[in-house]
Amino acid sequence: MRPWFKYPMTRRLLLRAGALIGGSSVIRLAVGQAPDTAQYAPTGAHEAHDGMITVGEVDNARNGFDPHEILTDWERGTVSRLPDGQVLREFDITASDKEIEIAPGMFFPAWTYNGRVPGPTLRATEGDRIRIRFVNGGSHTHSMHFHGIHPARMDGVPGAGDVPPGGVFVYEFDAFPFGCHLYHCHSIPLKRHIHKGLYGAFIVDPDPDRHPEQAEAARSRLLGSSENARWQEFVLVMNGFDTNFDEENEIYAVNSIAHAYFKRPIPVDRARPLRLYLINVTEFDPVNSLHLHANFFDYYDHGTTLTPTLRMVDTIMQCQAQRGILEFSFSDHEPGFYMFHAHQSEFAELGWMSLFDVREE
Amino acid sequence: MKRTVLWIVLPILLIVAVMVAFLASDPLRSLTGAVPPIEELTVERTLLDENGIALRVRAGGSEPMKIAQVQVDGAYWAFMQTPSGALERMETAWIRIPYPWVEGETHHLTLLTPSGVTFDHTIEVAVATPTPDAGTLRTFGMVGLFVGVVPVTLGMLFYPALRAGGTRAFQFALALTTGLLAYLLVDTLDEALALAGEAAPGFQGEISVWLVTALTFAVLMGVGRRQGKTLAGVRLATAIALGIGLHNLGEGLAIGSAFATGSVALGSFLVLGFTLHNLTEGIGIVAPMLKQRPPLWVFAALAALAGLPAVVGIWVGSYAFSPYWAAMAFAVGTGAILQVIIEVGTLLVRSARGAGQPWFSGVALSGVGAGAMAMYTTALLVQV
Repeated sequence: MRPWFKYPMTRRLLLRAGALIGGSSVIRLAVGQAPDTAQYAPTGAHEAHDGMITVGEVDNARNGFDPHEILTDWERGTVSRLPDGQVLREFDITASDKEIEIAPGMFFPAWTYNGRVPGPTLRATEGDRIRIRFVNGGSHTHSMHFHGIHPARMDGVPGAGDVPPGGVFVYEFDAFPFGCHLYHCHSIPLKRHIHKGLYGAFIVDPDPDRHPEQAEAARSRLLGSSENARWQEFVLVMNGFDTNFDEENEIYAVNSIAHAYFKRPIPVDRARPLRLYLINVTEFDPVNSLHLHANFFDYYDHGTTLTPTLRMVDTIMQCQAQRGILEFSFSDHEPGFYMFHAHQSEFAELGWMSLFDVREE
Repeated sequence: MKRTVLWIVLPILLIVAVMVAFLASDPLRSLTGAVPPIEELTVERTLLDENGIALRVRAGGSEPMKIAQVQVDGAYWAFMQTPSGALERMETAWIRIPYPWVEGETHHLTLLTPSGVTFDHTIEVAVATPTPDAGTLRTFGMVGLFVGVVPVTLGMLFYPALRAGGTRAFQFALALTTGLLAYLLVDTLDEALALAGEAAPGFQGEISVWLVTALTFAVLMGVGRRQGKTLAGVRLATAIALGIGLHNLGEGLAIGSAFATGSVALGSFLVLGFTLHNLTEGIGIVAPMLKQRPPLWVFAALAALAGLPAVVGIWVGSYAFSPYWAAMAFAVGTGAILQVIIEVGTLLVRSARGAGQPWFSGVALSGVGAGAMAMYTTALLVQV
């Protein structure tokens, strides 16, 4: 065949990271072509781009949410104490119809909780009383179904806490068990209500006092404790979008925006350990997965244990609504870009491709 | 006169006024509120070279439409659009994708618009698009000669034998020509409509095919009979050669394009198949001249008229194929073939009457059947 394969170099080649994705043929671009900041220049479709990547940049301001902020944006609610001393966390959640940009220039008519997809990451401590005032500002009936322990009345399914447009419902239950959970709309048709964007993370930190034999592990999970402070925690909701409604996803991502953490890698301090709250809500595909490059992690399925359910793995798969906690460290690694992505290559190539930017700080 | 002008201007003014009023008041607003704009995208050309894949697309949206992202084989790829920005209705743009395509394999492309609507395009077999250098042109030219000129010339060699056969042979040859032309008529129209279906819907390809066919037929009939006489002899042979030439132009376009897009391998067997398939055309062209003895240059000119368009077709089809214009070429061919069917048929009837026989004879019937069957059978060699 003819001489293969000349990728014309362009100064505005999006990003130093961009070269990584295409494999060895473009690796050479990675060296010396890098802009100094991780933030890459906004570009238009008329510009020359190279490699296997979506073209352009998503307008986060227009969307009203930034995938980088979603990583660590814990919604802890308004905290008070009930007469018996139990902590009460009150949340206000509103469902609304909203068009969101899920890849540069591609818009999806989403249904959202609090105007974002995924919805706010609700974070509580084991045993807290949770009270959620749910207002349905959308055009269809919606609900909030929590994965947790609660009475039937609070299940958020048709007949128990589903809310017609304009309606209000208050969900109330105690936060059990501790772990990495989720909530989603359970109105019918279920598939559409989920894939349109009605889901979010629900993280219940363990209460160290309830686990005296593993108090240290519990404290490291407890947001606000000094043991927790050294951890770098991120929430990753694996999702997809079927933009042409043929029951196959055109876009795959973590936290909705295709290639968001590839074009702008997640900065990580090499010295501090990482904890990922990983949740799969992908519709239409039986499983989704995460593969971490050049490293191995301990995995806590559902996050409901304080000892790992899997040790020393670099790939984990989850069916829809399955979730878990990943713990690992880059302390022995040299600084640089470390990939993580779905190891269904299809999903990776359709947007679920990310990088950690491991730095010396 | 003044009054006539007024009666032309006034309705036009009223039409414009009604349109402006309709657009200004937008009475259908309530029907179109939440409905996304209609989007249509047609890939007209595909180029593959060492820079990757390039597509020429034609937009057909109810509003200017954008191409937001491009997938190749289920992966998002960087691309460059020229001209950039939103595409007006019927506007074209080139999409260039630096994709390392694999020779001989299939690639699936998907173009996505801002609303997430997808338009698929498949490259069946990836082969490098031929470049117009002297060597390639020469090779294609040779293929064109073998598809067009060679078979027509060889077919003409039956002329002395047919002449020796007398009136019955003359009638059989004319009937054979009619059968051959009937086959070509159906085949050409079929190709025209198929190509029209591939063109951007905004062109209204199928309607265009029928209009162009009818127009060509009418013009050629008018020109042919402008002296009030039906066609016969060399003039009829010329008309047949023209019709067949137009058909061969379309055939050349299709062959060139099929080759350029890798959907057919131009093997020697296929080219020889076309030679055999088009052999009957030579007999058809000389059939009306059996009672004359035209000079040799007339035969040469007729062979060129019928055969050379195949060369032109292959050249054009390889480098600048457009489904719509190819469909129009086939439509012109259809009209021309219809004209010569009428003329040959008329001659056949007149010849039979002159000999005091019914025109619907066993000779005529077997001739028509033999012509159509010869074309059909040899077409089996060139199914692509």
